[in-house]
Amino acid sequence: MFLVSLVLVASLWELYKFLGPEDGGEIFGWPVLPRTGARSMPHTWEMVQRLFDPEVRGNDRPIWFAVAGYAWYTFRMALAGLIIGSVFGVALAVVMSRFRVIERGLLPYVIASQTVPLIALAPQFAALGGNWDLPKWTWVAALGAFLAFFPIAISTLRGLSSPAPASLELMDSYAAGWWVTLRKLRFPSAVPYMVPGFKLAATAAVIGVIVSEVSTGVRGVGFAALTYAQAATSDPAKVYAAVFGAALLGLAMFGIVVAAEAVVMRNRPRDVAA
Amino acid sequence: MKFARVVGPPVVVGAVLVGVWQLLVVGFDIQLYLLPAPSAIWSALLDRVGAIWDAMYVTGTNALIGLIAGTLFGIAMSFVLMRFQTMNELVTPLAIALNAIPIIVLVPVFNNMFSSTTEVPRRLMVTLIVFFIVMVNVAKGLRQVDAIHLELMKSYAATPRDILVKTRIPNAVPYLFTALKIAAPGAVITAFVAEYFGGRQNGLGYSITSNEAISRTDAMWAYVVGACVLGLVFYLVSAGLEKVTSPQQQVGGLAPGGATTS
Amino acid sequence: MSEIRTGAPTPPGTNNVVAVDGASMVFNEGRSNQVDALCDIDLVIGPGEFVSLIGPSGCGKSTLLRLIANLLSPTSGTVLVNGKSAHQARLEQDYGMAFQQSGLFEWRSVEKNIELPLELKGWKKADRRNRSREMLELVKLTDFTEHMPWQLSGGMQQRVAIARALASHPALLLMDEPFGALDEMTREHMQTELLRICAAAGTTVVFVTHSIPEAVYLSSRVVVMSPRPGRITDIIDVPLGGDRSEGTREDDTFYKLITEVREALRASETGGPIVVGVRGIEDR
Repeated sequence: MFLVSLVLVASLWELYKFLGPEDGGEIFGWPVLPRTGARSMPHTWEMVQRLFDPEVRGNDRPIWFAVAGYAWYTFRMALAGLIIGSVFGVALAVVMSRFRVIERGLLPYVIASQTVPLIALAPQFAALGGNWDLPKWTWVAALGAFLAFFPIAISTLRGLSSPAPASLELMDSYAAGWWVTLRKLRFPSAVPYMVPGFKLAATAAVIGVIVSEVSTGVRGVGFAALTYAQAATSDPAKVYAAVFGAALLGLAMFGIVVAAEAVVMRNRPRDVAA
Repeated sequence: MKFARVVGPPVVVGAVLVGVWQLLVVGFDIQLYLLPAPSAIWSALLDRVGAIWDAMYVTGTNALIGLIAGTLFGIAMSFVLMRFQTMNELVTPLAIALNAIPIIVLVPVFNNMFSSTTEVPRRLMVTLIVFFIVMVNVAKGLRQVDAIHLELMKSYAATPRDILVKTRIPNAVPYLFTALKIAAPGAVITAFVAEYFGGRQNGLGYSITSNEAISRTDAMWAYVVGACVLGLVFYLVSAGLEKVTSPQQQVGGLAPGGATTS
Repeated sequence: MSEIRTGAPTPPGTNNVVAVDGASMVFNEGRSNQVDALCDIDLVIGPGEFVSLIGPSGCGKSTLLRLIANLLSPTSGTVLVNGKSAHQARLEQDYGMAFQQSGLFEWRSVEKNIELPLELKGWKKADRRNRSREMLELVKLTDFTEHMPWQLSGGMQQRVAIARALASHPALLLMDEPFGALDEMTREHMQTELLRICAAAGTTVVFVTHSIPEAVYLSSRVVVMSPRPGRITDIIDVPLGGDRSEGTREDDTFYKLITEVREALRASETGGPIVVGVRGIEDR
């Protein structure tokens, strides 16, 4: 079914290219119709074909190979960011669960962080990282961690508070301490809540890393997209290679989380989901 | 008393953080190009109120237009999904995949497809992102009606149209607001990030990067504050809308698998 | 079956399992939403007894159970379990508890759910395995050892919860409407099972319910309570003997006792004379 929808999208693209105005058009005076000229909107098969051509004229490396390299670089930074962000996010959630005062003090900020563009701080990370003589990729990964941290903290905290009162009473009746209750009850209860948090965090880390590349010039897939786009007048299909690379990267990150979910939730009742 | 208990700790935390920050910068004599002191940020803010406001206006307008367009298209499409199961099966995996993909990289592509001197590429990006969030959630609300309610309507020999209007749509309203509470700040973030990928040189994102480039971190942070305010305003307005229209309902965004962005 | 009591030995002369003396429980004292959940409760329960607490909503029966379990502390009065403070008894794990929701951990198999209290006590893996197998046999669920809770019916989940409550062979079992969520037929079946299990182990049971037939069928004594403030209004002996079965449900004595309990409940609601029934046991 997924393949069918991909084909549909491709055909819609071609259909529009066939029908649409060459130089872009207007609806009620709004310039909302894209240009369909060969420069702006290459054919889908041209995009695929371009994947196998060399990256730069005179260079032997086919573009798909180059893009794969960039995507791999971005992937590693995003993954590092996700892992670091999860460690801190879970730790903070545990601390907030233990000390209600800290929860009340920090939670509003953590929630508010979901509504503001944290990416705005990317240049600040770059400045600090540059000063401490750290290689560029570390602070890009750090930004990814920063972005991944918040959704994980929120969802983990929510999950840690999820056990039924009867279960908490049960652990009380066993005279089990806070730490034991955390390990045996709160944490396993939290897992179904953490999964959507991790999915959000994975996406956030990827986007964060890609956007940082743009401002720091680190050579990942975001950088590639921007550079290729600048060459678009002469080489329109090239930028789509970067887009495909970014797409695969995002799917790979998502896939990792989904695979982890399958392992971690294997004994749980199936959700009656949409 | 309860108000103080709720508001107190975060305010204290905030004050402490700002205080410590100020001390660190002053005490260690941290240079401006590295990290600005809160006092420097404040004065930079006051100096530039007009410019910040203009930038907020640009980014905010992009976000708002994208939000409205995306919501309208999203709602429309969700009806289609509700009605035609094949469409649902086609579109949902696509939506899930697109959620995992950083489609923000399409902004340079849009800049080519339209001219890079309009705001259209950015607005289109926002529309796209909002569209998927709203569509998926509202479709869920339209489809996932309690079986009991459907049985009841059937016992009244209600027409499909009746069922739609009296059951499905009211059921979907909380889902719409859940989606909005996610999509509204998301629109701001997207509008903002889109500016990183080229295009016109206005807006908050642009101002932030350009100020960083000249090491004016205090000005940079002033714009960051503007961005935060913008995001918060969008969120609060959508939360407020929810409270006004359905005071007893509140689908929190944090239930497991509750609100979906995929 | 061989039966091991692992509770601390009761001091000589005081072989009462539960001794509640003048206990009161007030929530939100001094505030506008103050609740007098329990007022001056005296209750003594001897070994091997099956005592039901019955009464309308708000009479404090669940609160009283939680005082015995030391999940709450009384605002005044004392609660002794096995001759020591309820707090001490909880720390020494002298009792097992079962609630209305089975409260099984959905990520643990049936077997592992039963092993939970044993893990917390630091039992070795092999010992835990043996004991949980033994309990599964007791509740007749051996075929479901590896199953997950959500794969079981409500009645079966409750049987696992009871197995868990008895896993460490406590001398005292505290139950808060454990069959409340089950259908009538399953409920009656479970009642017979519970009696069988407790008789075999000689367990003392304190059982909260709001079903009159259930209270009469299971108990040696029925404690009738009434609300506002929560107090004991009557204690009714149930001389149905130790060998109860499905046939007992159709005995004349059974119906008579049900009527007696019902009338006691009505009397307590209408504020009739508070009859303090037979209190305590000298010797068992």
